[in-house]
Amino acid sequence: MTTNTNSGSFRTRAREVLLAAVRGLVLALVILPLSVLCITLTAVSVSLIPIGVGIVTTPWVLDGVREVADVRRRLAYEWCGVRIRSAYRALPADANPWARTFGMLRDPQVGRDVLWLFTDMTAGFVTALLPAVLLFYPFEGFAVAAGLWRVLTLGGTYWYGFVPVTGQATAFGAAATAAVLLVGAWHLCPRLLTAHFRLTRAVLDPGKGELAERVKVLTETRKDAVDTSAAELRRIERDLHDGAQARLVAMGMDLGTIEMLLDKDPEKARQLLAQTRRASVEALGELRDLVRGIHPPVLAERGLGDAVRALALRLPVPAEVTVELPGRADAPVESAAYFAVSEVLTNAVKHSGADRIWVDLHHVPDGGGMLRISVTDHGRGGAVIGAGSGLAGVERRLGTFDGVLAVSSPAGGPTMVTMEIPCALS
Amino acid sequence: MRVVLAEDLFLLRDGLVRLLEAYGFEIAAAVESGPELTRALADLEPDVAVVDVRLPPTHTDEGLQCALRARRARPGLPVLVLSQHVEQLYARELLADGTGGVGYLLKDRVFDAEQFVDAVRRVAAGGTAMDPQVIQQLLSRRADDRPLGRLTPREAEVLELMAQGRSNAAIAAQLVVTERAIAKHTSNIFAKLGLEVSDDDNRRVLAVLAYLDRDR
Repeated sequence: MTTNTNSGSFRTRAREVLLAAVRGLVLALVILPLSVLCITLTAVSVSLIPIGVGIVTTPWVLDGVREVADVRRRLAYEWCGVRIRSAYRALPADANPWARTFGMLRDPQVGRDVLWLFTDMTAGFVTALLPAVLLFYPFEGFAVAAGLWRVLTLGGTYWYGFVPVTGQATAFGAAATAAVLLVGAWHLCPRLLTAHFRLTRAVLDPGKGELAERVKVLTETRKDAVDTSAAELRRIERDLHDGAQARLVAMGMDLGTIEMLLDKDPEKARQLLAQTRRASVEALGELRDLVRGIHPPVLAERGLGDAVRALALRLPVPAEVTVELPGRADAPVESAAYFAVSEVLTNAVKHSGADRIWVDLHHVPDGGGMLRISVTDHGRGGAVIGAGSGLAGVERRLGTFDGVLAVSSPAGGPTMVTMEIPCALS
Repeated sequence: MRVVLAEDLFLLRDGLVRLLEAYGFEIAAAVESGPELTRALADLEPDVAVVDVRLPPTHTDEGLQCALRARRARPGLPVLVLSQHVEQLYARELLADGTGGVGYLLKDRVFDAEQFVDAVRRVAAGGTAMDPQVIQQLLSRRADDRPLGRLTPREAEVLELMAQGRSNAAIAAQLVVTERAIAKHTSNIFAKLGLEVSDDDNRRVLAVLAYLDRDR
């Protein structure tokens, strides 16, 4: 029974060791030509950028490098359970070759990929080869002891590792060394292959520092987003409850009274009817304002550009709006951008004293895309983020989408508020 | 008078059909989507179209776009656009060709059947019917306009009604004065705003609207 289990675990272990050695050998054989090829292609392609050819080839080559790295990531997990994360920046599907090339070259993950090619060619190669050497080299030692020494020593001393083989006795010494190596292989082979993948992870993985920072930011902005939307819902509930809902109740009651008055006092009934109709118009007006605060109809019908134009037309101060958006952003981004612009414009009208405002919206396609909005006025300046200003709210609103807000507002003006939200257009 | 009606909500479409029929209009077609509207406008050649801004299939401003396209194909085709909300932006697009025969009203205005039907007739006759809210928005943005500031309160009132597209007779009836008094007010208004006087009601309204909406 015990023997069976022992022989069973022996066989399992033997298979593990052999598998690690074979896998290491295969990796080592592939690594050198592949790394050299990738490095050469990358270097050639990048150096061809100035003459234009590189713009077309570089994304293609870097995609190839990414493919190679992805295969290694997959093998790391399948063979040794080493999980290597990747954090490539998303590029818009329709980005032009120029934006694609520079977007990729600026991606830290692509940088890590290329660095990894170099370490893989050197340290990676050695660590992959080691398990194979440790397992297969001892068999030569045994063969030497078994009689191969006669052939090998014909030309003089044969070195097996650090053992100089000259005759049968030293050949046994080689065999003893081989046995020690084999025991080493038995214990170390799988671990050595894991070490190879750990090394790969050390170079390829985006690392914890960056991720921890990201998690912190996401936790903060998520809390803000949840708080803001809960407050919004409470406000909407209150508005409906005290506004349209109350008016409908009153109208219902009035209609009941009218029904009763129809026969007794038609004149009074008619008066009440007119009043009820006015109440219904008021209720509709309130609902309309509420809808505008939730999701402005023009935004739904026309998108961000025209919604901001319509907004500008409602301002008491003349505003010039320039829009350069070749497509539409995702609905949540559009909505956040709209309300951010709305808040900034309200601020400008209320505090700046300016008699003209300029709004510029455009989309920058590089690096995954960026919606850039600037609102400029030549009022008295001195606007700051925080201290209960509407701008802090705008910053929070944009934060949910990794957007940022910058304010330049020297005393005496002009004030320029710039907002950037990373997003692709559809 | 033959009307093509486009409204996607059944209850509203049904109500509008009944209302218009009660006032003697002939409903040539009552459709519920943009493509149907385009076809009806091309095939039926109605005297006036009453169109909801938001229509299927896109549920964006499909109705408005169809109306604008139809007016490009047949300049001056009378179109009354209805909406849950009014935007100066849309009003400006409708008025852009300067040919008249355009209306833009909140759906709430249907509550007052008389005034609504009057607006439909006015648009069909090549006139204008702008929602009071559009006019108020235009006026409130002109708070610091000097010529406008020189108008008397009564003249301002007349201007507002005129900009909505009302005729002198209608304005006179609403303000309970004689038509002659209104005619006097309007010529004063035109003099103060520096606009060219015109006998043609429509051209007069368009001039006022253009004045209120200029250089913005």
